[in-house]
Amino acid sequence: MSAPTLPAALADATRDDASLRRFLHGLPGVDQVGAEARATALATRSIKKASKLWAIDTAISMVDLTTLEGADTRGKVRALTAKARRPDPDRPDTPRVAAVCVYPDLVATAVEGLKGTDIGIASVATAFPSGRSSRQVKLADVALAVESGATEVDMVIDRGAFLEGRYGEVFEEIQTVRQAAGPAHLKVILETGELVTYDNVRRASWLALLAGGDFIKTSTGKVSPAATLPVTHVMLQAVRDWFTATGELRGVKPAGGIRTTKDAIKYLVAVHEVAGEQWLTPELFRFGASSLLGDLLLQRRTQQDGHYSGPDYVAVD
Amino acid sequence: MSERITVAKTYKLFIGGAFPRSESGRVYPVADSKGTFLANAAHASRKDVRDAVVAARKAFGGWSGTTAYNRGQVLYRVAEMLEGRRDQFAAEVGAAEGLVTRKAESVVDAAVDRWVWYAGWTDKVASVLGAANPVAGPYFSFTVPEPTGVVGILAPQKSSLLGLVSVLAPALAAGCTTVVVSSADRPLPAITLSEVLATSDLPGGVANILTGRAAELGPWLASHGDVNALDPTGAAPETRAELAREAAGTVKRVLAVPVGEPDWTRRPDIARLRRYLEAKTVWHPMGV
Amino acid sequence: MPAFEYAPAPESRDLANLKPSYRPFIDGEFTDGSGEPLKTVNPATEEVLAEVGTAGAADIDAAVRAARKAFEKTWGPMPGSERAKYLFRIARLIQERSRELAVLETLDNGKPIKESRDSDLPLVAAHFFYHAGWADKLDYAGFGPDPKPLGVAGQIIPWNFPLLMLAWKIAPALATGNTVVLKPAETTPLTALVFAEICQQAGLPPGVVNILPGAGDVGARLVEHPGIDKIAFTGSTEVGKLIQRQVAGTAKRLTLELGGKAANVVFDDAPLDQAVEGIVNGVFFNQGHVCCAGSRLLAQESVVEELLDKLRYRVSTLRLGDPLDKNTDIGAINSAGQLTKIRELADSGEAEGAQRWTSPCPVPDRGFFFAPTVFSDVHQSMRIAREEIFGPVLSVLTFRTPDEAVAKANNTPYGLSAGIWTEKGSRILWMAGRLRAGVVWANTFNRFDPAAPFGGYQESGFGREGGRTGLEGYLDV
Repeated sequence: MSAPTLPAALADATRDDASLRRFLHGLPGVDQVGAEARATALATRSIKKASKLWAIDTAISMVDLTTLEGADTRGKVRALTAKARRPDPDRPDTPRVAAVCVYPDLVATAVEGLKGTDIGIASVATAFPSGRSSRQVKLADVALAVESGATEVDMVIDRGAFLEGRYGEVFEEIQTVRQAAGPAHLKVILETGELVTYDNVRRASWLALLAGGDFIKTSTGKVSPAATLPVTHVMLQAVRDWFTATGELRGVKPAGGIRTTKDAIKYLVAVHEVAGEQWLTPELFRFGASSLLGDLLLQRRTQQDGHYSGPDYVAVD
Repeated sequence: MSERITVAKTYKLFIGGAFPRSESGRVYPVADSKGTFLANAAHASRKDVRDAVVAARKAFGGWSGTTAYNRGQVLYRVAEMLEGRRDQFAAEVGAAEGLVTRKAESVVDAAVDRWVWYAGWTDKVASVLGAANPVAGPYFSFTVPEPTGVVGILAPQKSSLLGLVSVLAPALAAGCTTVVVSSADRPLPAITLSEVLATSDLPGGVANILTGRAAELGPWLASHGDVNALDPTGAAPETRAELAREAAGTVKRVLAVPVGEPDWTRRPDIARLRRYLEAKTVWHPMGV
Repeated sequence: MPAFEYAPAPESRDLANLKPSYRPFIDGEFTDGSGEPLKTVNPATEEVLAEVGTAGAADIDAAVRAARKAFEKTWGPMPGSERAKYLFRIARLIQERSRELAVLETLDNGKPIKESRDSDLPLVAAHFFYHAGWADKLDYAGFGPDPKPLGVAGQIIPWNFPLLMLAWKIAPALATGNTVVLKPAETTPLTALVFAEICQQAGLPPGVVNILPGAGDVGARLVEHPGIDKIAFTGSTEVGKLIQRQVAGTAKRLTLELGGKAANVVFDDAPLDQAVEGIVNGVFFNQGHVCCAGSRLLAQESVVEELLDKLRYRVSTLRLGDPLDKNTDIGAINSAGQLTKIRELADSGEAEGAQRWTSPCPVPDRGFFFAPTVFSDVHQSMRIAREEIFGPVLSVLTFRTPDEAVAKANNTPYGLSAGIWTEKGSRILWMAGRLRAGVVWANTFNRFDPAAPFGGYQESGFGREGGRTGLEGYLDV
């Protein structure tokens, strides 16, 4: 997505550091108790039968199948791509995942493994997960990913700068990475667990959207808490408000800590009722997960077969 | 037909929701009122006290942070479990204190009712002890009672269940966590009470019960830097002044207790609740 | 565009243990009523649920006599600690049978199962739990060393929260040592009668609780009965005034919890998304059948358009339909009569010039349903700003300054509740000090707890329920 032309009021906000601060601090606050109460209430929706099967298939199609370990090898990534292509070999009607997500130096292996499919290849970048390094290093990280063939880049924001209030710097860094990513689509990881308050999450979301991020993403998955329902609510509200203000559709990706089908369905309900039906597509919503896929496949079998399944029936990574 | 051999219970300490032996490996024999051997009780050491305080501190945030309603429900559940073991407790109290069955049963009934009384206090204490303060200025000022933290309790030496319940329940009702040293010679009902606590949804570490000697363990509790209040009931009267002096080193709240053991059957007042609560006063301006 | 349709997710109707007929509960037994039996209807389907015996004059006399005898012989002399244990038992039994009671409540009242299960029933149990603990601590309640009960209480409750209103009445009455004769609403008698079963299961002595189903005439008889020491009424202001007149000059004590037209005040610095939730919760929770409903939205003029956009979007996601479906947010209106009233008032809103917006949600073609509706450009002079609608209809007015908000909020003979939405703490406290309402919610709405007193100013009634203050209504102090 190329740099958008913002409505005047929003363009004004990005004029300089002071304007950005006034704009972000002028956003309505988020009441913690109220936000968490709404997330809890929505989580009681009961999704059964046909709608459950639909939700499972949709969730599978939204998975960014992830491996981000220091111990990752080319063999591990090859196994991951095999799973991405054929999540449940005995059930060829299973939807394929949206993308795989790996470290930049393993992108080439992932590209090889996914040749001939249109499954996305997402790479983390910008000194993931901490984001603590020089601009130079961070951009080199992005270049490695893009040159190796990544179609999506998941960057981390500089949380230190954000917490110091140096919003202009954070903004500018995202813009620079946006350019460096070229045709790859950009997800901006806010690391909500380190931002802590919902007010900060709202501000960081708007900051990332103003700077041109295609997706805002909750977490690296390396910090606890990672994705939570209330945090995702706040981010879904942000993309909805962005749409109202600009007419543009941006995406949301919760990552880390989403392990079960039950959890995933709660997120889909949140997407549906907070942002809107339009966001129920892998173009605009993803799950950053590894073990979630296994549970989705098990529950899919349960819905289809009419009895509970077991882990031996689903391929391990 | 030969008589059936029973399976005798092993009595251990209750720390962090689990039943460990004393880290010292010591035990001591416990006899009934006639001198007949009942069981070996774990003989707690200062390191057990240390571990118990760690467990109590760890549990404090959760227990004090849960709603008063929830605490009341958990404590009521304890009463349910206590009632369910009425016969067992009556036998243990009878043996420990030399009481006939009917008398022991009435002691157990009083203990259950005492526990229920305190369970009903959790969500009332703020209304009774708190206040909106009519300050002279455009400020909203209110005072709320908050649990003080970890309470060290030397349980009464003679009243092995009713007295124990009367010193433990108020600390829990106030939202505090506790380290209790049971009666030295009559420790067994305390451990059976621990079993009740362990099966009542009470989070591990909220109540920790050590069997052993108040004379040995009291000073360690009194001087401990991570214990906020002390109930010296089970300490020999001549040692209480020294315990209070030790407690002064960390400005502990020390409960004032009568010299001899009181009549535990009498309805208590709320002095224990008050001692384990801090009053927090908050101010906020009122203006557009 | 993918459509996420939630498949029907009905709670099982069988859980309600519905019987074909129910009977009055007098002196510890279920007995045939001498009144004309009534048929109670499921407002979502219009089908008859059960036949319910009603109390005639003789039954009312018998119930009051039984309550008097129990007061003098068993309950009155009983120590508080023993009374407490009965109430604790009742609380636990309610918790155990919660699901059954929730489904039955939904069938009889029309409210969504989500609400009866997650809001009503937990509060019902909590009220008994809370008040159980007061029974043996009355000397700490601030009414002197030995406050005495009043005797026999006649209690008349409405149809909007049948079991919860029963709990609000019976728990404090029993805790303080009174006995009761309670009349549930004509359209919602069932959970009260299952409560009577629970009293039996708890071993409650006969006569302490008596339940007399019936219509307005049963209530009127109770009010004038010489054997009653205290009347507690929750219902319309109109009937409340009649009762107050009836009781005037007698020795009977009275507490009233009547209607309201609460203002929900949203300032320009409100946490907007949570304010929207609070507005929705304030007026659409329980289909708006709530005395303390935030039925007037007072929005600061500078923020009203943005607020209304978000509000309409949010309201259009509310799911209206089968109350037994776990995904239903808005259930049925309790009766045909109530539905007519709501329609009439909504029509007056249009006729008097307000802008009407109704949610495009699908509405079932049988049963009593009304789609959530928002009127904007409302002014204080309109009927929809003055009269209690008791339905899912919100009237939106604006204000410019805090003083104006206070003036408009207070411009009503009612005074039950109010809401304030702002991030500024001092403004919350300033407003709370000036709003003439017995319950003020800041940055939240419709929060209830047995420990927090509830009741109104002026024509919303007098007396409080809940908390230490609430005990006063049942003590001779």
